[in-house]
Amino acid sequence: MAAPNEIVDQLSGSVLFSDLPRPQLEEVAHSIEEQWFSEGQRVLRQGFTGSGLYFIVEGEVAVEIDGQERARLGRGEYFGEVSVLLGEPPVADVVATGPLRVLVLPEPEAEAFLKAHPSVMYRMMQAQARRLRAANLFRG
Amino acid sequence: MSPDDRRPFPPGSYPVVVVGSGPGGLQTSYCLRRLGVDHAVISADEEPGGMFRRFPLFQRLITWTKPYAPVERGTREYERYDWNSLLGDEPAHRAILPPLMDGTSYFPSRPEMEAGIRRFTEVAGVPVRFGCVWERTARDEATGGFVLGTSDGEYRTGVAIFAVGMTEPWTAPIPGLDGATHYVDVRPAAHYVDKRVFVVGKRNSGFEIADGLLPVARQVILGSPRPARLSIMVHSTAAARARYLQPYEDHVLAGGTLVLDVSIDRVERSGDGWRVFAAGTTRPGDFVFDVDEVIAATGFRTPLGDLADLGVAGFFDGGRLPRQTPFWESPTVPGIYFAGNVTQGSIGMKKYGTPSNSAAVHGFRYNARVLAEHVAAKHFGVERERPPVPREELVGYLLQEATTAPELWNQQSYLTRVVESDPAVGPVDGGIAPLEAFVDDRHGVDAVAVAVETDATGDIHPAVYVRRGGRVDEHLLPSDPQHDFTGGDHRAQLESVLGDLAG
Repeated sequence: MAAPNEIVDQLSGSVLFSDLPRPQLEEVAHSIEEQWFSEGQRVLRQGFTGSGLYFIVEGEVAVEIDGQERARLGRGEYFGEVSVLLGEPPVADVVATGPLRVLVLPEPEAEAFLKAHPSVMYRMMQAQARRLRAANLFRG
Repeated sequence: MSPDDRRPFPPGSYPVVVVGSGPGGLQTSYCLRRLGVDHAVISADEEPGGMFRRFPLFQRLITWTKPYAPVERGTREYERYDWNSLLGDEPAHRAILPPLMDGTSYFPSRPEMEAGIRRFTEVAGVPVRFGCVWERTARDEATGGFVLGTSDGEYRTGVAIFAVGMTEPWTAPIPGLDGATHYVDVRPAAHYVDKRVFVVGKRNSGFEIADGLLPVARQVILGSPRPARLSIMVHSTAAARARYLQPYEDHVLAGGTLVLDVSIDRVERSGDGWRVFAAGTTRPGDFVFDVDEVIAATGFRTPLGDLADLGVAGFFDGGRLPRQTPFWESPTVPGIYFAGNVTQGSIGMKKYGTPSNSAAVHGFRYNARVLAEHVAAKHFGVERERPPVPREELVGYLLQEATTAPELWNQQSYLTRVVESDPAVGPVDGGIAPLEAFVDDRHGVDAVAVAVETDATGDIHPAVYVRRGGRVDEHLLPSDPQHDFTGGDHRAQLESVLGDLAG
């Protein structure tokens, strides 16, 4: 029997972490931190160093570039991965559209984390592939 | 309450009520008083000192106070080396702790720390109504403020500041663990002679216990899901501190101590001892440990009483900390503020994942000063002075602040020095502010803010944030081996960044 842990339950319900066994989910739950944001608060800041990878647990965010909204992301989705993977500041602001609860993996820990959890990296690559396909379809 | 009760602040109406007499409450009261904001301070305790009346368990702090430092004791710059004295505006109120230390360690003992806090209240004059227990909270329907019910009667106020410490024992929700000993109830080392002890938790409190038990225990096993984080590796005081690392070295050199990455399934009584069932996290495998004692070093929560009923929202493991704005106010119940180590719940920028030092005195004492200024301005119209900064001195001033300001060094990426552009008089000093509030204020006047930051590689450097027309841009300046950012290269780079602001 595993210890009750709400974050573990949240993680196990998301596609990204769905392949991890319970003990590893517990390690992940202790490695990433919960943060709350209020409506209008910025979570990622365009052009600022030292960000991280964010997983949405509750709420919704708007992705804005130079003040223009480009997309919305909700529960179960994540953001900040491009910045973390490339080691570059985010190219967009990400703003909470209402009360927002996220789990955060800081940039310095992301590389080691993804290498230590290849199944998470694989799920992330699948998501990137889908985005690429969607972008190509849109272009075509 | 007897008629000859001579304690200050009898029940009644006050513009502000501060709850708590630890370093957070006392620092906030001191700063409010200096700004002329009338307020009451109430505390359930009988003496000042807060958590330091009892903790750390093994009676020595992990935050240093250097009696001899690279700068003169008692100056503002010296605060960077004295992490434990409260802040004073006058020389007699500053650097109170060093003379009370016996010279055997630059980590003050718990009694030295407690004595230092008491001395501060005496020298600086910070009255507190002791023995007054905050019991309940309600809306004051007539004024829109709050009514604090206490053991002495009701206090009515528009602004309530809770400096109650993140000090209530919290036990991780592991089946059976609530029957084990929590950190706060650990007995003297002699109780653990020749015993096998399992410590749940690999943060500072876990390592503190392991370190204290090394001379007596037969074996100490530390277990938790995540690998231990060491301060010297992740550049943060929130990780396990160097002075508690002996158990870790013992583990690495196979001396008998074990530091394991395990998810603990359950803890059961077994004869006179305990049985711990666990599964490896970074390395798969099941474990069963038969031990004499189990200690839960799983942390603390904030004793928020009935504030949740009022609408104060919490977070972190189901609500161990209250959510806070960058100015430490509840976003869900405006007028309720927090001070002391509870301010770690206002996370700030947390660049590169590095938390602020708001969990410790050397961080939250500055939060208290900024909070007092914020409350004074927002609720009582007491604006801080904004002295002009001559344009030709602006670059030098900002670089000097980056090099020596204790607020910027002790609260990296969290507090910042702000200089605003006043159309009438040019640059004016905007004081110390939360960095997050500065960078996210899109309606503020053109301004520049300087902070000190440590990146993922451990490189410590100034970061400059420039706001023009509501847009804030980040500019990182280089580091320096001696942390002196006042040289020609830094001047040239900052001049180029500031452009017209300095011109």
